[in-house]
Amino acid sequence: MSSETQNKAKEISEKWDNNPENIIEMMHDIQDEYKYLPREVIESLSNESNVPVSKILNIATFYNAFSLKPKGKHKICVCMGTPCHTLGAARVAEALERELKIKMGETTPDLKYSLEETRCLSACGLAPVVVIGEDLYGPATVPNIPKLLKKYEKK
Amino acid sequence: MKPYTIQLMICAGTGCVSNQSFEIKEVLEKEIKKHNLQNEAMVVTTGCNGFCGAGPIMVVQPDGIFYQYLKVTDIPYLVEEHLVKGRPVKKFMYVPPKEEIPIPRMNKIPFFSGQTLVALRNRGMIDPEFIEDYIARGGYRALAKVLTTMSPDEVLKEIKKSGLRGRGGGGFPTGVKWETCKKIPGDRKFVICNADEGDPGAFMDRSIIEGDPHSVIEGMIIGAYAIENVREGYIYVRMEYPLAIKRFNIAVQQAKDNGLLGDNIFDTNFCFDIKVRRGAGAFVCGESTALMASIMGNPGEPRAKYIHTVEKGLYDCPTCLNNVETWANIPQIVLKGADWFTGIGTGDVTHDPWGGSKGTKVFSLAGKVNNTGLVEVPMGITLREIVFNVGGGIRDGKRFKAVQTGGPSGGFIPESLVDLPVDYDELTKVGSMMGSGGMVVLDENNCMVDMAKFFLRFTQDESCGKCVPCREGTKRMYDILYRITKGEGKEEDLDLLEELSNMIVESSLCALGGSAPNPVLTSLKYFREEYLTHVRDKKCPAKVCRELLTFSIDPEKCLENGHGCGVCEKNCPDGAIYGEKKNVHFIDSMKCGKCGVCFDVCKFGAITVE
Repeated sequence: MSSETQNKAKEISEKWDNNPENIIEMMHDIQDEYKYLPREVIESLSNESNVPVSKILNIATFYNAFSLKPKGKHKICVCMGTPCHTLGAARVAEALERELKIKMGETTPDLKYSLEETRCLSACGLAPVVVIGEDLYGPATVPNIPKLLKKYEKK
Repeated sequence: MKPYTIQLMICAGTGCVSNQSFEIKEVLEKEIKKHNLQNEAMVVTTGCNGFCGAGPIMVVQPDGIFYQYLKVTDIPYLVEEHLVKGRPVKKFMYVPPKEEIPIPRMNKIPFFSGQTLVALRNRGMIDPEFIEDYIARGGYRALAKVLTTMSPDEVLKEIKKSGLRGRGGGGFPTGVKWETCKKIPGDRKFVICNADEGDPGAFMDRSIIEGDPHSVIEGMIIGAYAIENVREGYIYVRMEYPLAIKRFNIAVQQAKDNGLLGDNIFDTNFCFDIKVRRGAGAFVCGESTALMASIMGNPGEPRAKYIHTVEKGLYDCPTCLNNVETWANIPQIVLKGADWFTGIGTGDVTHDPWGGSKGTKVFSLAGKVNNTGLVEVPMGITLREIVFNVGGGIRDGKRFKAVQTGGPSGGFIPESLVDLPVDYDELTKVGSMMGSGGMVVLDENNCMVDMAKFFLRFTQDESCGKCVPCREGTKRMYDILYRITKGEGKEEDLDLLEELSNMIVESSLCALGGSAPNPVLTSLKYFREEYLTHVRDKKCPAKVCRELLTFSIDPEKCLENGHGCGVCEKNCPDGAIYGEKKNVHFIDSMKCGKCGVCFDVCKFGAITVE
């Protein structure tokens, strides 16, 4: 176990008072830091916070916020809220799948992009909405998708 | 400090921020400085204005001039014309659909003038990151009144009298809930603000938090005082709302710094503190017992509520949980009195707390409506008024088909019921529900079977899996709907859907399963014909269900309007389109994957869908 991950886990656990009840907040911080929950960090966190690994995995698989697999550098989320659906989100999602040559939920082999569906982002005025990293775009249209992705090509 | 004569209130809600309102703010300040107006004009970032489809929005006060669709590049011209020369710029103003003359003033635009603001009273008027702004608009005055002149029982009596009902969707009378929690013995009790607004198409709570977080905090403090023995409160916000989480954290810290949270508030014996907790992306956590499990660091699985959470909630202590909008109403009721509040809305709540729906309700209007956004209207207003007056009617002159209220737990309300007054009881009567306030407008191009399938997929995904009816039942319902949209449905399927629905409603553990079949039941009730067309004729009248469609190219339009441009051919992912350049193109239906890309890229309307 590397000391770097151990330190990170210790730091985060202390931030939340080493209190097992705050385990979800701790996991949020790790997810923010690594963009997924690496196994060795989970193990370190378990030691620090006194929460069994099995429980951390239970929480990680229950909630959509956490991922046990590495994600792409740019996480692309297609909003699947009702207004987005009525205005063609499924078509936008397909266009992204075609452009990135991956299916929903997958990551490109070069770890550059991940494609995911997300719950309503409540930016319904801009439906259909696509979020890349922290940037929100809307209304997203099928013909616009290649142009939108181009912005991230060199990032 | 010398007062500013002009305030430029730029919207910094989620929608407007994504359209660069912060960049606009920077340029505004730069331009103001350039014209040496920095002592007269001030730029203020406000919370969500609710007119989200037209962002970024800016209102110039004190005249209330409303600008929309602003771009960074427009700003130098706007500042010069409006601020220097005193000529408001018409081209950035709102023009009603089908009209030409713009409406300069915000309060004359029908979208805004048709509203009654209680929970949203401060929207667009304050900077949500400054507690001073909230206080200047009368904030925390209700708390001062409560702590210095009223006993906890008097506060409770006032809230009960007001007839306020839970704005999260259930419509349970708030005063009754508080009273029950108060009566249960215990020296450690909690109040919780449920900001896990999971319904797709609902953004009321997000806007309230982003625009006026202190109103929620003030409501919670008053609640804690009235219920007694409450020293701790939690705000549970869904993680999809990063801006709302940030603003709540800022607001809580400012309230602490100003002695409004913590020990001995207003120098009384009353102590109360609030913690903000992030959700983790689970719809079921909007359910009270699941939410409490999540706060305690567990997977958000609900439990059966033989014992209610007001008795045994968080850490097995009596807990009072209310929704964001409910809390935001409390300070106004305390300040203006229950009689003022009961003056708005329907029914009579003097003797029966369920006797009517009082006050206003915030709805988020979205979908195929011209004015997408947040509207706060008195209870009892008709759907027609909301969709056609405030909402400005249906986009692109299409025909209105239905309104979906209450998210995945609600139902569809058809055009024939458009004059229905909107309150808790009327919506329940027609098979839908108030829900948290999402209102998605559907037009003739939306297929009801597809919509029902959409919601079932949602609940199926979000079902926590603890109880069988919800976990397996919704799966089977989804499978049947999927079959129907593929053209493999049978007439018996419709009866089977109803049978399954009734079983799931009756036997699910929590409200997620208990209300999951509503979209199917209401669409079957009001749009049975559309289901039958799918099943019998294998056709989708709204042209949505792809497996039932055929794409072809209108040769005349392709040649005469488009001169056989070939854009469709180039974009077709299946290689199903053939044709020489400058000649008519055609689609090979055997190869066509029915993705609809050709339809999207053809600028000449030559693609026909049957």
